Amino acid sequence: MATVASTLLAGLGDGAVYALIAVSFVIIFRATGVLNFAQPGLLILGTYVTSVLAVDRGVPFWVAAVIAVLVVAAISMGIERVAIRPMIGRPVFSTALVTVGIFIVLLILAFRLFAARARTIADPWQLEQWCLVQGETLCAVSLYQHHAGKIAVVAVVLGLLGVWLSRSRVGLAMRATSLDQEAALAQGINVGRMFSLSWALGGGLAALGGILLAANGSVVQANDALFALVALPALILGGIDSLRGAVVGGLVIGLVSALSSTYQPIHAPWLGPNFENVAPYLVMILVLLIRPYGLFGTKEVQRL
Amino acid sequence: MLAVHNLEVVYEDVMLAVRGASLSVGRDRVVALLGANGAGKTSLLRAMTGLLDVHRGKITRGEVTIEGRRLNTGNASSVVRAGVGQVMEGRRVFVEFTVEENLRVGGHTAGGAGLEEKFDRIYGMFPVLADRRRTTAGYLSGGEQQMLAIGRAMMSDPDYLLLDEPSLGLAPKMVERIRDLIVEINQAGTGILLIEQNAAMALSIAHHGYVMENGITVMDASADTLRADEDIQEFYLGVGAEGTSLRDVKHYKRRKRWLS
Ligand SMILES: Nc1ncnc2c1ncn2[C@@H]1O[C@H](COP(=O)(O)OP(=O)(O)OP(=O)(O)O)[C@@H](O)[C@H]1O
Ligand SMILES: [Mg+2]
Repeated sequence: MATVASTLLAGLGDGAVYALIAVSFVIIFRATGVLNFAQPGLLILGTYVTSVLAVDRGVPFWVAAVIAVLVVAAISMGIERVAIRPMIGRPVFSTALVTVGIFIVLLILAFRLFAARARTIADPWQLEQWCLVQGETLCAVSLYQHHAGKIAVVAVVLGLLGVWLSRSRVGLAMRATSLDQEAALAQGINVGRMFSLSWALGGGLAALGGILLAANGSVVQANDALFALVALPALILGGIDSLRGAVVGGLVIGLVSALSSTYQPIHAPWLGPNFENVAPYLVMILVLLIRPYGLFGTKEVQRL
Repeated sequence: MLAVHNLEVVYEDVMLAVRGASLSVGRDRVVALLGANGAGKTSLLRAMTGLLDVHRGKITRGEVTIEGRRLNTGNASSVVRAGVGQVMEGRRVFVEFTVEENLRVGGHTAGGAGLEEKFDRIYGMFPVLADRRRTTAGYLSGGEQQMLAIGRAMMSDPDYLLLDEPSLGLAPKMVERIRDLIVEINQAGTGILLIEQNAAMALSIAHHGYVMENGITVMDASADTLRADEDIQEFYLGVGAEGTSLRDVKHYKRRKRWLS
């Protein structure tokens, strides 16, 4: 029982972060019609800026995190303005390639910035845990606080985002723009500003995702950017253009990998080690076999 | 007065779609703009409302003025803010939004102020929409969607409303209702530019009319004169029986344009 609780919390904690990262992809996808392959780069910059502020400069963690999110949001907005906006009207495939290029640039930048040094981000949870089952000397089964913390942060952030998108005037305008750009223009919506806003949001959420990924008491390096890719099965599982799908997909992927990392070695050792890394993709493929557009995706989506 | 002065529109730097169009619409008028498929009516509308950019088109000559001042046709948002609303060809409601959300988007430029009163006004004008305010717009019938598109445009309180083929694909009963609504909107103080292939419908309510051919406004006359004109009768008013088949051709053509 205690093991189940511990596994589920871990799964939901990681899943919440995957969900957040998947949402960051969806926001940009819906605005621009491209899967932004630069997201991992933005994500790791968020981690880096937080680390510099919180560890090197001694800024309180939450302040550092907020500044990092804003900085990365601004960078993301700049990228859209300079590199993506001129691509409007071009094939989405070309635009997607541009984002791959940006990803490579950001990754090289991240390697320079980290300078082969592993960093921490001084998050408030570190390795703190609540002990469920006391062993003889150590704790046998425990809940990590960072998992609970991640669930709370993501729930608040995505909750606010959801309300803002569905209720506010600008949120509605942003959704209208993603549905039909020309019709949105005809209503007097400043579509360019909506693009900027989407990219700012997408970048900011990716940065927050990077911060939360790193918040587990261990160290981060530049190549941890690639952790953003675990959001991809979540994204595809949920249906690439659906926010709700991204959240559900993220949680499912988190749970699946946590469950398989706890139980697969006991019950199905013949599947080999590290099976928990493969499991999300298996689930994704299974779902796609049954529902080719993902759980919540729209049928027309065939853009890249 | 909303006026177009000798406008010229080019797509992709080569394709001349409008080659000298002039017209004017007074605030107390319903003005019809007639023309066959491909005459350049929609292109002219896009040019007037700042939508050419998305189609990789440009105004290469001429200008649009509103009350004597130049209209900033480079920016769709400022066109709406200047008091020019439009109902695009093919309705283009946001099908995933509810009726009310569609209307709210229509009121975007006005900010949050007076939203409730505007809803009341639109719902008073279109009682069907009031009953279905929480319905997803994609589930409305074609006629209801057209009303929604008109209601959405009216949310910005425009001085001038430009409608691109509002009767397209609608049953005769519905065409009549749309026509009556246009008259009502006009009488409440909004100047109307009505682009139509259904010349009978347009000329039955218009004060004045223009005919466009190959990108040029070739005729400029009162609605009475146009109704009496032999060419108009032959080309636009005589098609009654073939009306539907013409529309089929048009749909086919449009789909082809999207694919290419
Ligand atoms: N986006 C575009 N790019 C290139 N050419 C275009 C584009 N849109 C329209 N055209 C061309 O411009 C000309 C005028 O088209 P337009 O749509 O303005 O005509 P219309 O009078 O509205 O016709 P319809 O009655 O069929 O709606 C046509 O020859 C058309 O093929
Ligand atoms: Mg047209």
